[in-house]
Amino acid sequence: MRNEMEIIFDAVSENESFARVAVAAFIAHLNPTVEEMADIKTAVSEAVTNSIIHGYENTERGAGPGNNPSIRPFRRKNDNNVTEEGDANAGYPGKVRIHCILEKEMLHIEVADDGKGIEDVERAMEPLFTTRPELERSGMGFAFMEAFMDDLEVESTVGRGTKVHMIKKIGMSEWIS
Amino acid sequence: MEQVTAGDFRIIDNCLMIRLPEEIDHHGAGIICENADRYLVREEVCNVIFDFEKTRFMDSSGIGIIMGRYRKIACFGGRVYAIHVDRQIRRIFKLSGLNKIVEVLES
Repeated sequence: MRNEMEIIFDAVSENESFARVAVAAFIAHLNPTVEEMADIKTAVSEAVTNSIIHGYENTERGAGPGNNPSIRPFRRKNDNNVTEEGDANAGYPGKVRIHCILEKEMLHIEVADDGKGIEDVERAMEPLFTTRPELERSGMGFAFMEAFMDDLEVESTVGRGTKVHMIKKIGMSEWIS
Repeated sequence: MEQVTAGDFRIIDNCLMIRLPEEIDHHGAGIICENADRYLVREEVCNVIFDFEKTRFMDSSGIGIIMGRYRKIACFGGRVYAIHVDRQIRRIFKLSGLNKIVEVLES
């Protein structure tokens, strides 16, 4: 059996809970264990939060385009990839796309944004590394995705955006116990 | 999603007790940190107790909340405790290494 879904939503923190609940609902019919469900929700939450606060720098607190228009070099691009001047809010807040494919018991989740991208992906994936310590997050985002999912791949281009691809096999609990 | 309110912060002796919401993510984390810090300064308490009784979901933002408060009180000898911790949150504590600085109290 194959099943697929895609959602696109505004890159604002209010949507973090929507995103993880949507993915959880998508796999609910497979009867995943409580643990599998929690793992997937956590991983989705981490990826979406990264897109919002790092990719698009949309934060309520601290410096970020949400409150500081002067540091918004990204995502204000028109179809010809030319940055548009004039409207400081153009392109705000940006979109996050989640694409899920379910193939047998394999769940593929792709979380993508058109944000500023990551300069050094390897470094970004190190536990405790963060570019924004003032946000008081833990620097554990990628470490959590890696720990809670079976596979994680990160693809990023500076100025263009980031794609996080995660895989998890659902229905493994019987095997393990 | 519900946010923390003033009723979720209580001062008991030398401790600030914070009742955490049902879901802890980046969206709700800022207001928890701000309020907690306000109480820590105003009430001059040195320990913090995080109550996870209502909590059904937490991501790495929760680690940030606890680490941040720990840093603020550790230099004055303060400690961080957690109560009503379920299996999933215990896993997150272990994975993040937070179990080395948070004492989980069985209730």
